[in-house]
Amino acid sequence: MAEDIANSGTLPDSVDTRLPPKDAPLLRIDAVEKRFGGFVAVDELSLEIRTGEFFALLGPSGCGKTTLLRMLAGFESPDRGRILLNGQDIAAVLPHQRPVNMMFQNYALFPHLSVAGNIAFGLKRAGLPGAEIADRVAEMVALVKLEGLEKRRPDQLSGGQQQRVALARALARRPQLLLLDEPLAALDKKLRESTQLELMALQRRLGTTFVIVTHDQEEAMTMADRIGVMESGRLEQVATPRQLYEAPVSRWVAEFVGDINIFEGTVEARDGGRLTIATRDAGAIVAAAPRQPGETTRICVAIRPEKVRLSRRGPVADAVEIGAINRLEGVVTDVSYLGGLTGYTVKLDDGALVRASMANIARLDIDSYAAGQRVVAWFSPDDCVVLER
Amino acid sequence: MSARRIFTRPARIAVLAPYLWMALFFLVPFGFVVKISLSQTAIAQPPYLPVFDLAAGWSAIKAAFVALSLDNFRLLVSDNLYVLSCLRSVIVASVSTAILLAIGYPIAYGMARLPKSWQPLAMMLVIVPFWTSFLIRIYAWINILQHDGLLNKILLALHVVAAPVVWLSTDTAMFVGIVYSYLPFMILPLYATLAKLQPSLLEAAADLGASPRRAFWLVTFPLSLPGVGAGVLLCFIPIVGEFVIPDLLAGSDSIMIGQTLWLEFFTNRDWPVASALAVVLLALLLLPLLIYERLQRRQLEGAQ
Ligand SMILES: Nc1ncnc2c1ncn2[C@@H]1O[C@H](COP(=O)(O)OP(=O)(O)OP(=O)(O)O)[C@@H](O)[C@H]1O
Ligand SMILES: [Mg+2]
Repeated sequence: MAEDIANSGTLPDSVDTRLPPKDAPLLRIDAVEKRFGGFVAVDELSLEIRTGEFFALLGPSGCGKTTLLRMLAGFESPDRGRILLNGQDIAAVLPHQRPVNMMFQNYALFPHLSVAGNIAFGLKRAGLPGAEIADRVAEMVALVKLEGLEKRRPDQLSGGQQQRVALARALARRPQLLLLDEPLAALDKKLRESTQLELMALQRRLGTTFVIVTHDQEEAMTMADRIGVMESGRLEQVATPRQLYEAPVSRWVAEFVGDINIFEGTVEARDGGRLTIATRDAGAIVAAAPRQPGETTRICVAIRPEKVRLSRRGPVADAVEIGAINRLEGVVTDVSYLGGLTGYTVKLDDGALVRASMANIARLDIDSYAAGQRVVAWFSPDDCVVLER
Repeated sequence: MSARRIFTRPARIAVLAPYLWMALFFLVPFGFVVKISLSQTAIAQPPYLPVFDLAAGWSAIKAAFVALSLDNFRLLVSDNLYVLSCLRSVIVASVSTAILLAIGYPIAYGMARLPKSWQPLAMMLVIVPFWTSFLIRIYAWINILQHDGLLNKILLALHVVAAPVVWLSTDTAMFVGIVYSYLPFMILPLYATLAKLQPSLLEAAADLGASPRRAFWLVTFPLSLPGVGAGVLLCFIPIVGEFVIPDLLAGSDSIMIGQTLWLEFFTNRDWPVASALAVVLLALLLLPLLIYERLQRRQLEGAQ
């Protein structure tokens, strides 16, 4: 499994309390493949999702997220592999018989029905009594804050309002598995954040298993118990948000999730838990060795900007342990003040550009640097990630 | 102010154009027809009285006005012939339109579900009959349906019937001719609305637990209603006034309003009665249009 390769002996996994109980998977995707003509949209993908889990699929546009979701909902059938729901192969189960609901990327609201009519559609098909349908519709309308708009038609709603109707419609049936295809993409930042929290609360309250597709990594990190990073139809890594961010398994994942400095180089020396890497344009860097070191000597060292600190002179190196601290000298070339953080770009004397971001913990700018200033960028070997691919 | 600016002067004139067209080529001639319908027949040129003669002066025109009467309309109501032919027209048009809808909807639905690259071909096939003259196609049907025609030959050869069946000069023949001729007018508007239907709506319906059949009745059909309305109007209205098909294919024991009109006009040379019939026919045809309009407006208001 991808997570095991992670070079993260010291990762505080136990801090993450959001992992659901490890019981039998609700959903098992087993080496599923989907082709469109000669094009492989989903490539031998395997994944297990546990009951009650909030799972996010994260990936760039066109990587096959929607295709995977459509196979789960039953609108596409896999060319190879199996999809098991509650241990049963659902290949033969028609979409309208699956205990799965989907929120469509383009909403797919019924234009001839009102907001309430759209939300009630699935409830009526389920044969609920009228009073219960009315209650559930009212509850859903309140949940997505559409009170007063129940009688409107979809074309009389804004994009964000339409999206909320689609969400309410998919939630109303309380399915075992809810698939959400970019459910919040059209909402403004405030509403998106509050809806994220509400979705999480709702998910915990109902115990429904959510699979959400997004290409907003912050959204995935906020909401999901686990994240699957997809690229070209494959799952690059499946991990908790923290593992994904702190222990990416590949250069691609490291660069896709968050901001990161990457230095290419070759391994010079292996000394216990430490690797000394001669980089092309940042001198020698000492990094913690991966737990299961590979054969390759051509590797990358990666460090997140917030783990790079700047100072005028740099800390005095611990004489006892050589390489306790990496110190890279250079000149500040760019400063961007972002409120809570300030981002710096430092051009090292060896040529590389290093980004550092520092929290603005004081109101007065006693601790800031100006462009043109000489600084030392320093970071601990433990904060470095060694990427072998 | 800025919003109004979109409509430049040429654009505003362009908006008026259809109204001008209507006034010039519909309202004015229709005014003549209404006037003639209020006149009396006369053996004269033109064959009715009174005639407005602008040269004869004001008092003559006033006298002509006084001479106008509703007698022709009273005649239409009192004579069974006219009432029956009106009734027959409406019945024939309703039955034909229902058959057209029943045949046209599945065809249009099938067309809209063909792979995109095949759809233009299917559309061509629907339109191709128009490349042959309408009259020639009706004569072809006479050929097919007559006593020793193609249909009887096939039926005899297959031993479905023992003796030739009389097809020609029956209502069946007429309905065959009408349905055949008007089918494209039903299919095309239906196809246009069905092709616009987003497939994801049907997926959403399935996702929410609707079987394909329910999804059809709950989503596809309601969303195709504008096409149904357009197709029904496009067929119903001209069929009510249809003259050629019933004249060539149906028997002569009962006739439609278009045929009656023709008789009055050309055989009896009774222009005033023919005009009165034309006015009644128009009133008959306005009725479904008004209902359609009312329904559409209610749908729009309901959406608010
Ligand atoms: N019906 C289809 N026929 C052919 N190719 C398809 C079809 N559906 C999807 N694809 C291709 O499969 C790939 C994956 O598509 P998919 O819609 O799953 O991407 P996605 O990850 O959801 O992207 P986005 O974030 O933009 O929604 C794309 O390259 C797309 O062009
Ligand atoms: Mg997608």
